[in-house]
Amino acid sequence: MEIKSITSPASFKLSAPLKESPLTEATAINSEICAAGEPWMGRVAKGQTFRIVDLEGNQAVDTLFFNANNLEERYSPAHTVQKSGQLYLGLGSKLYSSNAQVMATISADTCGRHDTLGGACASESNTVRYAMEKRPMHSCRDNFMTALTTFPLAEEIGLDVRDIGANINFFMNVPVLPDGELYFADGISGAGKYVEIVAEMDLIVLISNCPQLNNPCNGYNPTPIKLLTWEATNHA
Amino acid sequence: MSSRSSLTTAEKAALSIIPANQNPLWEDLLPGGFHWSARIRRGTVLRLTAQAADANLAALFFNAEEKLERYNAPDTLKAQHTAFLTRGHVCYSDMGRILCSVVTDTTGWNDAFCGVSDAEQIKTQYGLRDFGAARNGMYRSGREGLLIEMGKWGLGKRDLVTNVNFFSKVSADDTGKLIWNADHAQAGDIVELRFEMDTLVILSAAPHPLDPATTYDPAAILLSAFAAAPVAANDVCRTSCEQNGRGFQNTERYFAAMPASSLHSSNQAGA
Repeated sequence: MEIKSITSPASFKLSAPLKESPLTEATAINSEICAAGEPWMGRVAKGQTFRIVDLEGNQAVDTLFFNANNLEERYSPAHTVQKSGQLYLGLGSKLYSSNAQVMATISADTCGRHDTLGGACASESNTVRYAMEKRPMHSCRDNFMTALTTFPLAEEIGLDVRDIGANINFFMNVPVLPDGELYFADGISGAGKYVEIVAEMDLIVLISNCPQLNNPCNGYNPTPIKLLTWEATNHA
Repeated sequence: MSSRSSLTTAEKAALSIIPANQNPLWEDLLPGGFHWSARIRRGTVLRLTAQAADANLAALFFNAEEKLERYNAPDTLKAQHTAFLTRGHVCYSDMGRILCSVVTDTTGWNDAFCGVSDAEQIKTQYGLRDFGAARNGMYRSGREGLLIEMGKWGLGKRDLVTNVNFFSKVSADDTGKLIWNADHAQAGDIVELRFEMDTLVILSAAPHPLDPATTYDPAAILLSAFAAAPVAANDVCRTSCEQNGRGFQNTERYFAAMPASSLHSSNQAGA
């Protein structure tokens, strides 16, 4: 078995069209910047719209969703892939929970492809993937741990490491070839591109704005993101 | 190796890394649809043998002495730049260590991203056949089977992460649309897992969630355990990529074990 060098396949096709959102920032009820390499955690109520903006482009945004009313129910990449028959996320994708329920639907997307397979970078997996001396580097899993052990919302609801399943990587391009080879390709996102979801249940959102410096998932240069929320009544 | 291998059952069995004259430590038949769990110690090979065509065996792995450490599908796939598992691949935990290695695989592809069937899907696809109606011929789902076995070890829904589906092949086209590869596993196909850590193994032989079959008839799986030869410096899983070399190094550190370079490797000739 040979592992080929990491090169992007010559071309790929989007599985869903792009679509801009009718919502404007002026009507958002919440707008925050999450700095490069930092975690974020918050609530998005059923019916609300949540937008993640890739401010400078090429950023990977590792995102977990939990049912705010039943924390054992959480985003499940396996259910999402299995129920949709589709490996990548895009406009119209339904994000399924571990109880096979729809947690959220992608309602607008100006990027075109988001990853379901790659999960989060971690100190431990960095030693395997890159080199033993990469262990002290900052990672998404450490970000999740930071949030779960220090954020008031996490303490209030009581999540811990057992609850960390595999996440979505918004804006990340991880193509799988028909022969099963998996690549980490250079990003297809760009400055100002965004993805938007409508919550189908009350959600806890946990984000690590990826600090990964070892692969092209964020152009070797982690950058900030913007997080916006709209009330359901603002839907077009 | 393509799916629908032309090898005979005897030729497939001969691909085992276990010498033909080595007796199993134990054998157990897992009936189709049923579930199973056990602690498998480091240095053990678990052979899975499909007893009929279109077998599926959902598997989850936990560090037996610290169950917070568990099989991590994303780390497994991205470390080895693969979307499936076959001979030469290993199963990583979320701590950068190797729970088990795929040392033999006569199918060429084992699904690593589709997860398991659930009760609702089984009922919709095959109909309802419960214990009252069918006794132990009842229809069982992968999710319930895994949760039953996990519950016996203090684990629950929070621990139910993406599993491996041995003997099943799901690929994707260039838009990411999933392709179910029918006629993949045949009777006599074998997968051998060599455990590199003391591992809690959770199994379900219920149908794969994408299997389009309309009758519920999942294949039985024969489980056979053997004592493994030491992992050689030139072991196929250790050398298949440089990442796995470091994965073995992390695992050996955990056990403060002798590095492989000092181990006798004649038993692994040709691996």
